[in-house]
Amino acid sequence: MGKLDSKIPQGPLAEKWSYYKSHQNLVNPANKRRMDIIVVGTGLAGAAAAASFGELGFNVKVFGIHDSPRRAHSIAAQGGINAAKNYPNDGDSIYRLFYDTIKGGDYRAREANVYRLAEVSNDIIDQCVAQGVPFAREYGGLLDNRSFGGAQVSRTFYARGQTGQQLLLGAYSALSKEIGKGTVKMYPRSDMMDLVVVDGHARGIIARNIITGKLERHAAHAVVLATGGYGNVFFLSTNAMTSNGSAVWKVYKKGAFFGNPCFTQIHPTCIPVAGDYQSKLTLMSESLRNDGRIWVPKYAEDAEKIRKGQLKPTDLGEDRRDYYLERRYPAFGNLVPRDVASRAAKERCDAGFGVGNTGLAVYLDFADAIKRLGKHVIEARYGNLFQMYEKIVDDNPYETPMMIYPAVHYTMGGIWVDYELQSTIPGLFVAGEANFSDHGANRLGASALMQGLSDGYFVLPYTIQNYLAGHIHEPHFKTDLPEFEQAEMNVRETIHRLLSVKGTKTVDTFHRKLGHIMWDYVGMARNKEGLQKAIPMLRQLREEFWKDVKIPGTNEMVNTELEKALRVADFLELGELMARDALHREESCGGHFREEYQTPDGEALRDDANFAYVAAWEYQGENAEPLMHKEPLAFEYIEVKQRNYK
Amino acid sequence: MDLTLKIWRQASANDKGRFVSYKVNNVSADSSFLEMLDVLNEDLVIKGEDPVAFDHDCREGICGACSLYINGRPHGPDRGITTCQMHMRHFKDGETITIEPWRAKPFPVIKDLMVDRSAFDKIIQAGGFISVRTGGVPDANAIPIPKRDADLAMDAAACIGCGACVAACKNASAMLFVAAKVSQFALLPQGRVEAKERVQKMVAKMDELGFGNCTNTYACEAECPKEISVANIARMNREFLVAKVAAPKDK
Ligand SMILES: Cc1cc2nc3c(=O)[nH]c(=O)nc-3n(C[C@H](O)[C@H](O)[C@H](O)COP(=O)(O)OP(=O)(O)OC[C@H]3O[C@@H](n4cnc5c(N)ncnc54)[C@H](O)[C@@H]3O)c2cc1C
Ligand code: FES
Repeated sequence: MGKLDSKIPQGPLAEKWSYYKSHQNLVNPANKRRMDIIVVGTGLAGAAAAASFGELGFNVKVFGIHDSPRRAHSIAAQGGINAAKNYPNDGDSIYRLFYDTIKGGDYRAREANVYRLAEVSNDIIDQCVAQGVPFAREYGGLLDNRSFGGAQVSRTFYARGQTGQQLLLGAYSALSKEIGKGTVKMYPRSDMMDLVVVDGHARGIIARNIITGKLERHAAHAVVLATGGYGNVFFLSTNAMTSNGSAVWKVYKKGAFFGNPCFTQIHPTCIPVAGDYQSKLTLMSESLRNDGRIWVPKYAEDAEKIRKGQLKPTDLGEDRRDYYLERRYPAFGNLVPRDVASRAAKERCDAGFGVGNTGLAVYLDFADAIKRLGKHVIEARYGNLFQMYEKIVDDNPYETPMMIYPAVHYTMGGIWVDYELQSTIPGLFVAGEANFSDHGANRLGASALMQGLSDGYFVLPYTIQNYLAGHIHEPHFKTDLPEFEQAEMNVRETIHRLLSVKGTKTVDTFHRKLGHIMWDYVGMARNKEGLQKAIPMLRQLREEFWKDVKIPGTNEMVNTELEKALRVADFLELGELMARDALHREESCGGHFREEYQTPDGEALRDDANFAYVAAWEYQGENAEPLMHKEPLAFEYIEVKQRNYK
Repeated sequence: MDLTLKIWRQASANDKGRFVSYKVNNVSADSSFLEMLDVLNEDLVIKGEDPVAFDHDCREGICGACSLYINGRPHGPDRGITTCQMHMRHFKDGETITIEPWRAKPFPVIKDLMVDRSAFDKIIQAGGFISVRTGGVPDANAIPIPKRDADLAMDAAACIGCGACVAACKNASAMLFVAAKVSQFALLPQGRVEAKERVQKMVAKMDELGFGNCTNTYACEAECPKEISVANIARMNREFLVAKVAAPKDK
C-alpha cells in the first residue's frame, strides 16, 4: 500500500473501535496542559472537536471566517440526523445503519470507518439531548423519529426543519463554555491562508484577519481542519456563500492527499435558477417527493409554449404529461435515490422538455395528493416549505405545480484520512465534510450531521491523543521558525499578485464561468470527451483570471473582493483535479455518472473489478500532473451488489 | 425596476460615516435584496470603487449573519423574515431605499453595513450553556420531556442571533436574545440544574456590555425575523427573581 496506510485496527469489525481505544496511547493531564491544538472551522465537526479538546485540558485555538462560531454553514441543515437507536422498535441496529451507509455510498467507503460511525451515532443523540438540543418529541415525552431516503427504518432525529441549527447551537454552547473557562481561544473572522509544516509535521497555520488584513502566525502540536465542503466550486449550490475549498486546497498543496475529489452530490429538489443575478440555490426538502409527482410536458411544443408563457401547466391534461420517474422506475417511482432523480430531470430538460423561463426545471405536482388527502393534510405536512417556496418564487404551489431542478449540494470527496482521521501529513487531522469521508460515492440524507459530530465529539478526542502522546517532549512551538517566515511570505506574495492584476473583470465573473464549465462537464453526467475538454478550458480560465481580475482596495482593510478572489483562485485549481479524477474513474458509481458506463436502460454501471478503491491524489507542483495513489477497498462484512430501483 | 439607494458608508470603526446615493437600474423583481446589492457592488468594482460591505452567508434566513436597517426597519418591511429572504417585489419601481447598519452601542460598526456582534457571543460564554462534557451522559430517552415543553423550548431556540431585537429597541436592550436562551434551558429538565446561576450570569454580562433596559415596548418581538415571543422575557424575569430570592440561601 506504500504511502497509504489506513491504520485499520485488528479484530472483528464490531470490536475494532473498542480495541483501538483500549490500546491507544493517551496523554496525561499534566502534559495535556502543555500541549496546543489548532482547530480550523467551527461547524459541527470543528466546534465539537474544539470543545471536547478543551474539556480534556488541552490548549485550543479555534479559527473561523464567520463573525461568530454559531454561523458556520452547518447551521443551514434542515432534515435531521441519523442514529441507530432503534427507539421505534422497527428493526434498526448498528449493523443496519452501517450496511445502509455502505450501500448508499455505492460501495466506495471504508468498512471500518463506517462501522465506527454507526457505533457512535447513538452517543451523539445522548450528548445533544444532555446539551439541551430540543429534538422533536412524541406525546409520551420520548424522542420522535422520521424516515429518510435510502433506509427502511425510521432512524432520523430532527428539530423541526432546523436540525442543523439546533445541533450547531448545541456544539456552540459547549464551545462557548470552554471559551468562557479559557481553555479555548476563539479567533473569529480569521481566514486560514496556509498550513505550516516543520520537519514533515503540521505545526501551525498562517491566518488573515479579515477586518485588518493582518497576517498572523499560530503554532501548535497538531492542527485539525474542519472547514466544510467545496461545492461552491460550481458557483451555484445549496452551500452558504462563504463555503469554500481554500483550506483543504492549501493543505493538499502542502502534501496532504486528496481523496475522490470528483464525488459530488447533486440534490434533485432545489428551486431552479431564475436569472443571471442569482447568487445561490435553495434546497427544498427531499420529503416533498413522498407526495409530489414529478413530470414534464410530453410534447416539446407544449414545453416551448410553457417556457414562453403562452401555456400554463394546469392547461395540460394527463395525456399531455410525462411522469418520467414513474414511467422509468415503476417500482420506486418518485422516490428513487437522489442521484437517479437528478439525472432523470437533467435528461428530460436536455432533450427539450424542461419548463420555466430557462427550460431548466421540472414540475413537482401536488394536485393528486391534494385531491386524495385534502389540502389541510398537505398543509400540515409541508406548510412551511410551501410558504418558503412562495416567498422565493411568488407562485402558489397549492394551485400550480412547483418547479424544481437539481443543484450541487455536498462533496463526498475531501482530504484523504486514515482510521484516526489523520491526513498524510503527520499531525494534520481532517474532520467533517472536509475529509474524504465515510459516504463513499453518495451520501444518504441525515448522515453528514452524524459524521461531523462523530468526528468531533467521539473520534478525534481519542485519536489525536495517540499522535500527541509521541510529542509530549516538544515545547510550545515558536512562530519565528523559517518555515513560518516562508509560509507567511508566500501568502503575502499571493495577495500582492492578486491586487496587482488590476484587470477588468470582477471575481464573480470568473466564478460564474468556472461554475458553468464545472456544471456542463464535471456535473451530473460526465463523459471522457467533455472532461478532456474541461481541463484545458479550466486552465485557460485560470490564466485569464490571473491576467484580468479586478480587485479594488488594499489588503489592509475589510476587502470582500480580495477574500472572494483568494477562494476563486483555489477553486480554479481544484476544479481541474475534480475533472482529472472524474476522467480517470471509468465507471459510474453513486454521484459520479459516466455516460459511457451505464446499463442498456440508462442506470449507473459500477466496475468493482477495476475501481473498488479510493483515489488519493498527491500534488506534484504547479502545472505538473498530480500523482494518484490507490487505497483498495476490501468488503469483508458486506456482500457487494448492484443497486436497482426499477 | 429602477431604484435609488441611500446607503450608509463608513470606511472603518473610526470614520464618521455618511449616506451616499446610488442608482441601480433594471433590477429584477424576482431577485433578493442581497442579490440587488451584489449587482450594485459588481458595478462599483468595475468602476474601481470600493464595494459596500455587509455581512451575509446562508441567504436562507438561518445563519443570522445578514442584518441591514432598511427604510427604518430591521430586516426591512416584511414581517417574519430576514433581509436575505426578502425579494425586490416588495419595493416599487422608482423608489428610494435607505439602508443603514444596526445602530446600537454594543454593536459598533466595522465597515459600512457590517457591525461587530461579538457581544452576543460573550453573553453566551457567560452562561448560555448546560455544563456537560462530552461523553458519560445518560441515554437520550432516560428523561421524558412533555411535548409541550419541548415545543416551547424549540420556539425559543429558533433565535438566529442576528441582533434585530437590539437594533429595533430604542434602549438597545438584548432582553429578547438573552430571554430566548434562558427560556430554552429553563424549559428542559437538563437545563434546570443550573437555571439560577445561568440567568444571573447572563443578565450580569448583558448589563456589563452596555445593553439597555427593557421598557416593554415589544419592538423586539415585532421585528424578530423568527417571531420569538416576548413571553420569553416574562419567563426570564420570573427566573431572575427566583434566582435572586434564592441567592442568599445558596451562600
Ligand atoms: C441546505 C443544506 C441542508 C443540509 N441538510 C442536511 C441534513 O438535513 N442532514 C445532514 O446530515 N446533512 C445536511 N447537510 C449537510 C451538512 O449540513 C454539512 O455537510 C455539514 O454541516 C458540514 O459540517 P462541517 O462541520 O464539516 O463544516 P461547516 O459547517 O461547513 O463549517 C465550516 C467551518 O470552517 C470555517 N472555515 C471555512 N473556511 C475557512 C478558512 N479558510 N479559514 C478559517 N475557517 C474556515 C467556517 O467559518 C466554518 O466555521 C445539508 C447541507 C445543506 C447545504
Ligand atoms: S444570510 Fe443567513 S440569515 Fe440572512
